Amino acid sequence: MVVGEAKLNFPGPPARPGGAPDFSLIEVPEPGVLPVPPLDIDAEASEPFAKGMIRVLDDAGNAVGPWADGMGSLDPAHCVQGLIDMLRMRIIDQRLLNAQRQGKSSFYLQCTGEEAIGCAFQRQLSPGDMNFPTYRQQSLLIAADYPLAALMGQIYANDCDPTEGRQLPTMHSSRDYGFFSISGNLGTQYVQAVGWAMANALSRNGQIAAGWIGDGATASNDFHSALLTASVYQPPVILNIVNNQWAISTCTAIAAGASRTYAERARGYGVPALRVDGNDYLAVAAVSRWAVERTRSGLGPVAIEWFTYRTAAHSTSDDPNAYRPRDEAAMWPLGDPVERLKAHLIGRGIWSEQQHAQKQAELFDEIVTTQKEVEQHGTFVNPRPFSPAKIFEGVYAHLPDHLRRQRQEMGY
Amino acid sequence: MPTMTMIEAIRDALDVKLADDPGVVVFGEDVGFFGGVFRCTAGLQKTHGIERVFDTPINESAIVGLGVGMAAQGMKPCVEIQFADYMYPGFDQISQEAARLRHRSNQQFTCPLVIRMPTGGGIYGGQTHSQSPEALFTHVAGLKVVVPSNPYDAKGLLIAAIEDPDPVIFLEPKRIYNGPFYGHSAGEAAGWSSRPEAQVPEGRYTVEIGKAAIRRPGSAITILAYGTMVFIAEEAVRQTGIDAEIIDLRSLLPLDHAAIVQSVEKTGRCVVIHEATRTSGFGAELAAEVQEACFWHLKAPIQRITGWDAPYPLAAEWDYFPSPQRLGRALIRAMED
Ligand SMILES: Cc1ncc(C[n+]2csc(CCOP(=O)(O)OP(=O)(O)O)c2C)c(N)n1
Ligand SMILES: [Mg+2]
Repeated sequence: MVVGEAKLNFPGPPARPGGAPDFSLIEVPEPGVLPVPPLDIDAEASEPFAKGMIRVLDDAGNAVGPWADGMGSLDPAHCVQGLIDMLRMRIIDQRLLNAQRQGKSSFYLQCTGEEAIGCAFQRQLSPGDMNFPTYRQQSLLIAADYPLAALMGQIYANDCDPTEGRQLPTMHSSRDYGFFSISGNLGTQYVQAVGWAMANALSRNGQIAAGWIGDGATASNDFHSALLTASVYQPPVILNIVNNQWAISTCTAIAAGASRTYAERARGYGVPALRVDGNDYLAVAAVSRWAVERTRSGLGPVAIEWFTYRTAAHSTSDDPNAYRPRDEAAMWPLGDPVERLKAHLIGRGIWSEQQHAQKQAELFDEIVTTQKEVEQHGTFVNPRPFSPAKIFEGVYAHLPDHLRRQRQEMGY
Repeated sequence: MPTMTMIEAIRDALDVKLADDPGVVVFGEDVGFFGGVFRCTAGLQKTHGIERVFDTPINESAIVGLGVGMAAQGMKPCVEIQFADYMYPGFDQISQEAARLRHRSNQQFTCPLVIRMPTGGGIYGGQTHSQSPEALFTHVAGLKVVVPSNPYDAKGLLIAAIEDPDPVIFLEPKRIYNGPFYGHSAGEAAGWSSRPEAQVPEGRYTVEIGKAAIRRPGSAITILAYGTMVFIAEEAVRQTGIDAEIIDLRSLLPLDHAAIVQSVEKTGRCVVIHEATRTSGFGAELAAEVQEACFWHLKAPIQRITGWDAPYPLAAEWDYFPSPQRLGRALIRAMED
């Protein structure tokens, strides 16, 4: 018998600044090996999907395996649309990051490297479905064809912002585009997505909901509340977990503990769960389509862990070089979603380097033109303020007397 | 004596206590390797080791709950909540557990826990990085609540908090982490180095919890302030030329009743200022205390300058944040009465 002594474990990443990036512990299964399960799969049967990883694109850019053709995601028009969505997203992120650096907004936060997830998922939803996103899912809005001026206006907090400067840049809200108002308090909205989906079922409206959470925020109480209630009531909800390996400076092991995957954790609650290569547009599209069909058909909730990497800083307030090797992003074994889809399309002969460059230039022009127009409405350095009385609008449906008096005290 | 920012003073207090008491442990989100998003714990893990200074999962009820468990065994956890706006998942553990453990066990178990959190606005943080929830804590029997306004007090109060036998909520006004703030949103960012309160002695010293400080003696009117508002008060006095006495409460619970009463009995006038929303804010408590104790000395109604009763805005931040001009108007009004 071995006699030991209690000793605590403090997980950390395999490499810190100055060290060589090390992803040797990350298993990258071959693409194409996992089947497409029946839509009514249960948690028990989903074990191989929660432990493995659904992948479609191989290293050479070929789409392989049952998920590639089974879900109809190879349609050329759909694939090209996906590439354009991701390109747009990336240029917008870059432009808005630059604007922040020039002092034109107070804050920004990119989704670079994670574009495939929101772009491909959103294209599988129908009008009326509702996302409960985090601040890193602006790609859902892009693929929902959300007006660019509204998206940018929110960043500049000017009168192009439909929420009139109420929230921090990137905390969008758009009821019409299926994008629930973002809360800065992590985790809270995951369980609200379950509630929304329960209302969908109770009102028999045929709509579904999608909750979104980062790997770090899976630690929050509400993550567990959401999975439990989804398991109990079986509402039409897709519970997305975006595992981008980092939560500001803490590596994903701090949230995962000794468990193997977040999908496995969801499965522990009795919710069937799949893990997917989140940098593979075709895999994201195929699995999203499958999950939407399952939930809309009344077959209950499903959880999906999207495996990806946060290429950029957490936000403009963060410097990742203080806590991870500088070149870690470049070494990420699942590559870049834009490059991978582009290689696939070129390989199939439905896209070319020339078309790519031309499209990129077109998108750039369109985005810069809109950005200049939106900046005319005011920026952080050159604000065109709203009436301060707006502070009191929408606190309640009807302005109570004490707020009327405070508004007067303010001078309005 | 070295000059420090508030961040450095807080880090120094933690460093001193980690060194002289093996029961002190420091943890929270991003607190370990990185040293906290505001850098208050930078370098501490390297100096004191990972068993003493470590990262936690993003779960505020776990952070406080672990702290309660450790404190009950006699350790001295000093935990960080990344922003006061994110303490709510931990509020159950704070208000129902940490605050009442001593009382409900008839002192068999106690909770010498310190919970640090950045508070207040003025940093373009919008509604989830700007809140001032002090009144939610002062409404809970069993908690102590302190709010330093400068580096010297920050270090002395934090050491006192860690040595305190009961749970202490340690609110750090983030707007003044790197320098005093006089309400000029677009203007200068004055550093701490020119202020005498930035002279911070080396090693251990304490500032007694429950004692206010007179920041500016005056005879015309009493301004009750804490945190960033101490500097807004200084600026309002400069702009109006009114000979106000500025009291920096430093500790909201317990409150320095004697210092307040002594000042208001002298001046006969009182204005209260805080960033938090007005209704049921700490200013209501202060106004009630002054009214009960000093009614016959008052020459004018007590006024409250506060954040408006609305969620903290982004674009309209400077219409919300109590300005020296707003406070100045209140001072003039009180002097006319
Ligand atoms: C309740 C709560 N605690 C702490 C924070 C501060 N915070 C903002 S983002 C973040 C990291 C989140 O990481 P993750 O969930 O992995 O999402 P990612 O940023 O990687 O997309 C933290 C700790 C918060 N917003 N809410
Ligand atoms: Mg993450």
